[in-house]
Amino acid sequence: MGARIRRFHRRHRLMLFAYTALLPVLALFTYVRIVPISYGVYLSFFNWNLLKPRKPFVGFDNYLQLFDDENFILALKNTTLYSFSVVILSTLIALPLALFLSRRGRMSPVYQTIYFLPVITPLVPVSIAWKWIYDYNYGALNYLLSLVGLPSIAWLTDPAIALWALVVLGIWKVLGYNMVLFLVGLRNIPSMYLEAASLDGANAWQRFWRVTLPLLRPILLFVLVTSTINAYNVFTQVYVMTLGSQSAPGQPVRMLVFDIYTNGFQFFRMGYASAEAVMLTLIVLGLTLIQFTIARNDPAREA
Amino acid sequence: MPRKRKPAAVAGAIVAHTVLLLGGVVMVLPMLWMFATAFKTPAEVALWPPEFLPKQPTWENFTGAFETAPFGRFFLNSVFYALVSTVSIAVTSLVAGTVFAKYRFPLRNVLFALVLATAIVPFEAYMIPLYVQLVAIDWINTYQGIVLPYLFMAFGIFLIRQHVGSAIPTELMEAARVDGAGEWWILRRVIGPLSGNALAAVGIFAFIQGWAIFIWPLLIANDQKLFNMELGLTAFQFQFSADIGKLMAGSVVSVAPMLVIFLLLRRRIIENMALTGVKG
Repeated sequence: MGARIRRFHRRHRLMLFAYTALLPVLALFTYVRIVPISYGVYLSFFNWNLLKPRKPFVGFDNYLQLFDDENFILALKNTTLYSFSVVILSTLIALPLALFLSRRGRMSPVYQTIYFLPVITPLVPVSIAWKWIYDYNYGALNYLLSLVGLPSIAWLTDPAIALWALVVLGIWKVLGYNMVLFLVGLRNIPSMYLEAASLDGANAWQRFWRVTLPLLRPILLFVLVTSTINAYNVFTQVYVMTLGSQSAPGQPVRMLVFDIYTNGFQFFRMGYASAEAVMLTLIVLGLTLIQFTIARNDPAREA
Repeated sequence: MPRKRKPAAVAGAIVAHTVLLLGGVVMVLPMLWMFATAFKTPAEVALWPPEFLPKQPTWENFTGAFETAPFGRFFLNSVFYALVSTVSIAVTSLVAGTVFAKYRFPLRNVLFALVLATAIVPFEAYMIPLYVQLVAIDWINTYQGIVLPYLFMAFGIFLIRQHVGSAIPTELMEAARVDGAGEWWILRRVIGPLSGNALAAVGIFAFIQGWAIFIWPLLIANDQKLFNMELGLTAFQFQFSADIGKLMAGSVVSVAPMLVIFLLLRRRIIENMALTGVKG
């Protein structure tokens, strides 16, 4: 009887500690995550302007308006094109690079360091440097073009081209990260699988498609999910490189977060901007779910 | 299995290394160009055709940038935001990660799932309501308002939970309890010291993130005194966009600390980011 009471007390003491220790963290978590996420959904149903005292409930009006809003549609198109390009191209470049490196390990650390450099550098200075490279009059890129006799290109001021200039920067920034992830994934594939496949007469191409790629699937999924989420939130580069300034009085490339920023903090239409933000969340969650579903339905995994 | 190198394999290796090398040049060139330009005189910056390296390297742009704008202050602010964020993330991750890993209590799994699930929601998607919240408590344009969203990281909690759950035996904690140790003491004297590597991983991650924060300070810092390097650089760019040399000097100052940290800890950073990514 006494032992049971002691155990009961002990359990409660530990539980009490667990709650006490968690409380400040959870309070912070609630205030900076749970509350704003739910509050954002709430705001999206109101005509909520920071500067106006009257903030009437409008139901789904904000959402309906979004689909008539040229800026939003353009931002959605641009962001989707940007994200898919960055994600697909960076994966297609990173995977073969990782395959090369995994087989020729001696130089691997050097290459890893070099390719990883852009990953850890802050985006603002990097964007400023790229903006200078892309500069119409004095940029290094147009100079290189002139060397081979090509005319100068308005990399950042022509919105159609600027999108691709941003894609190049996006790939440059994320490539090393994806490459290193693939490298770790490749390292974790037991070599006996590949050797067994070789003995069975599989050539390099077949080994890649039948052995390496299926075993790499979880990492491929992770790379795709993280880079998609990241790409959809593109903002800093857009702000630094394409927003009007003395040297580049351009029309900014409309992207979703940039549009949210403009509506929310230049026009103070925070209800409307919140509806946009909810759409962004739904898109990101939807794409994540799709990627997970595709990975789960893979026949190779059922074996 | 020793292998003989066939001519085809040698050719393949040459192609592979050429591709890797060219790619590597593309990776470092923008940064090198930034550094080279930062040390050029205005005349050299405007030179056409451009020369890659400065003929007479000069510190002029650096002193000039620091005279034109309070970059010293911006730099210190960046250090401050990154440090406060890192320390807070390390502490909250250690506490919450340990509790989620080693204690049983009702709602444990629900709470942990909630922490992880909200991590998928991008910050940009709830920055507006958070802004409205901070208007209500009058924290706009304050230091505490700027660091607030970066005091906590779901990923850090996840990482420490994985580490403590798998690497620290519960018997060790039991033994300390038998000796009369309290739970806080165990956390500080047993779990903490045994989690050095995991905490370092979280800390490095947090510091790199905290150093580069941009969109949130852009929203809530109106006063130049609160600007970090990132914000200072953009403001400087819009005011003095023609002064490329100084702009690059400022950019070098913002990039340099990350480069130093990266070159010192590069193996650890790469392994950490990759491993944590894979586990995530």
